[in-house]
Amino acid sequence: MAKGDPGSTTRSRRAAPRSRKGAVGDPELVQLLTPDGERVDSVTGPDGTVYRVDFTDEEYRGLYRDLVLVRKLDAEATALQRQGELGIWASLLGQEAAQVGSGRALRPQDMAFPTYREHGVLYCRGIDPIMPLGLFRGVDQGGWDPNEFKFNMYTIVIGAQTLHATGYAMGVAMDGRTGTDDGEAVIAYFGDGASSQGDVNEAFVWAGVFNAPLVFFCQNNQYAISEPLERQTRIPLYQRAAGFGFPGVRVDGNDVLASYAVTRHALDNARHGQGPSLIEAYTYRMGAHTTSDDPTRYRIASEVEAWQAKDPIARMKAFLEKQKIADADFFAEVDEQAKRESVHLRERVLAMPDPEPTSLFDHVYPHGSPLLDQQREQFSRYLESFEGSAH
Amino acid sequence: MATETLTIGKALNVGLRRALENDPKVVIMGEDVGKLGGVFRITDGLQKDFGDQRVIDTPLAESGIIGTAVGLAIRGYRPVCEIQFDGFVYPAYDQIVSQVAKMHYRSRGKLRIPMVIRIPFGGGIGAVEHHSESPEAYFSHTAGLKVVSCANPQDAYVMIQQAIASDDPVVFLEPKRRYWEKGPVDVDAPLADAYPLHAARVARPGTDATLLAYGPMVRTCLDAATAAAEDGRELEVIDLRTLSPLDLGVVYESVRRTGRAVVVHEAPSNVGLGAEIAARITEECFYSLEAPVLRVTGFDTPYPAARVEEEYLPDLDRVLDAVDRTFGW
Repeated sequence: MAKGDPGSTTRSRRAAPRSRKGAVGDPELVQLLTPDGERVDSVTGPDGTVYRVDFTDEEYRGLYRDLVLVRKLDAEATALQRQGELGIWASLLGQEAAQVGSGRALRPQDMAFPTYREHGVLYCRGIDPIMPLGLFRGVDQGGWDPNEFKFNMYTIVIGAQTLHATGYAMGVAMDGRTGTDDGEAVIAYFGDGASSQGDVNEAFVWAGVFNAPLVFFCQNNQYAISEPLERQTRIPLYQRAAGFGFPGVRVDGNDVLASYAVTRHALDNARHGQGPSLIEAYTYRMGAHTTSDDPTRYRIASEVEAWQAKDPIARMKAFLEKQKIADADFFAEVDEQAKRESVHLRERVLAMPDPEPTSLFDHVYPHGSPLLDQQREQFSRYLESFEGSAH
Repeated sequence: MATETLTIGKALNVGLRRALENDPKVVIMGEDVGKLGGVFRITDGLQKDFGDQRVIDTPLAESGIIGTAVGLAIRGYRPVCEIQFDGFVYPAYDQIVSQVAKMHYRSRGKLRIPMVIRIPFGGGIGAVEHHSESPEAYFSHTAGLKVVSCANPQDAYVMIQQAIASDDPVVFLEPKRRYWEKGPVDVDAPLADAYPLHAARVARPGTDATLLAYGPMVRTCLDAATAAAEDGRELEVIDLRTLSPLDLGVVYESVRRTGRAVVVHEAPSNVGLGAEIAARITEECFYSLEAPVLRVTGFDTPYPAARVEEEYLPDLDRVLDAVDRTFGW
């Protein structure tokens, strides 16, 4: 009721509502933890879905630990690149909550298809954070088995993995692995820039038509390298889902609780056979696109500062402190663990050996190729022709 | 041994049926492959007998066909994708070249993408534009893909099954203007005993010059050899069958005997397969050659309008003209 309306009073509300629709100032945004660290019990999404989380204190502390760990490991990787130990690094700085929230929402049987920035999701899958660093150091091009880790290889070509995720999800349905509580679901990560790709839009069509058990998780970090969101879309990205015939929701991607809640809900719908959905995690890339990028050329400091005030870790820490869920000893212990793990990561990166020269011929084909056999042999002899060569 | 007389199209159909029977993980996907049986009827009757989960009519988007097939392959399926016409494969080019071809390599051998991409290719059917192209060089140039083409019903029947059974991603080029050509097919021959998928074969022995072809041009070269024989010239015709990797051992052996080689394909000559084959023959058979390796190909134009495609396509006379030139060197 607006001021001045008949019958209105001039009293101001003393307490924040315990349940509401959307976030303060943005009714479209599902938010369970405000930037000041205030908890909201439940939020009603645009389609009437009520989102809530019910974590124990230990689980809250666990989410905080994840956030701090993935940020620290990410900072270590950036430092390694600056020191010449990695060729390039795509930092997740600012997107920790979207990745930890969605990553922790996955059940063990679920399959994830990342871009090249999902280090936080990878961590939450229980995967050793060293695994993707070979790619960025240049000693391999991924090199892991997606099925072993339920985590596909990083995909550099923008949006291509959304089709892979869709096909995989079709396979899940064909295998009869949906429709039950222990059914499987699939999540496809992509960004605001990728939303313009044909492959992503084809994936939307396919997933809808085949009712694939799939969650499209778009981290809208506001920039595709230098291009702002307005260069990709005229409408909020989550609203595109309606045109493809499945639900879309925008979540505060800097809120780990809301990111968890909407992702868990969408994944469970998918595993129960209710088809795909789109989540737009509204967040901000605090750092550069990659270590090769210079964001000062295309965005202003005040914008970055405004998002700094919405930091995903600061709000979680404020919440834990206010609710007395964690104390100073806990925060110090988490910092200590983060430091320890980042030092360990650094040591292992430095110890990564370069591949043998002729290994570049390996694994082009499962069944091999006589042409490659010949080239490998000729190249080996060429290397051996150098006097005193180890090869 | 049950030998039946089948067209190339029907032989492919029976081969696909056999693959669906033998492996529950084989799925066929593409545009109009279901009820219609494909625009060339290559998948005729398969959806009726195997259901719409195994013979899948897809939305009309080629990148989506290949991209979702990659996901199905990661899940453990063996997708057989139909691209309706050669000129429609380009929207899928990125998925084929950047994903299908590289996933095994990127995973250091831990992931396999056992996919077959069937493409009716080449001209000669009087079609409108984009329906008569020969894109084999694009795919043969890409490491991680294997590329084959069949030229007769027996090979069509066997090679499609071999391609599906292979863990390598295979681009399977079907000579669309030869779909209706008939020949004997031994439908009971066990796959294990079949002639290897990635091997060339002498289609007609000869002594005076070697013609090299694949797909639709094998018939053209056989006809040329028949005509040359009337003039007293015995031409050896080799059906290359596998375009990547090329199998040139039988070619070198032939050229060392004949001293003359002519490569024939519908695709344009510039940076085409003929150039690669000529270079490698030159490296391996330099002292045996009586003349440079010549090429008879489509021209370096876009594929032309139907009323002039007969001028564009290599035919018997252009092949014989090239043979004459090798003798006039």
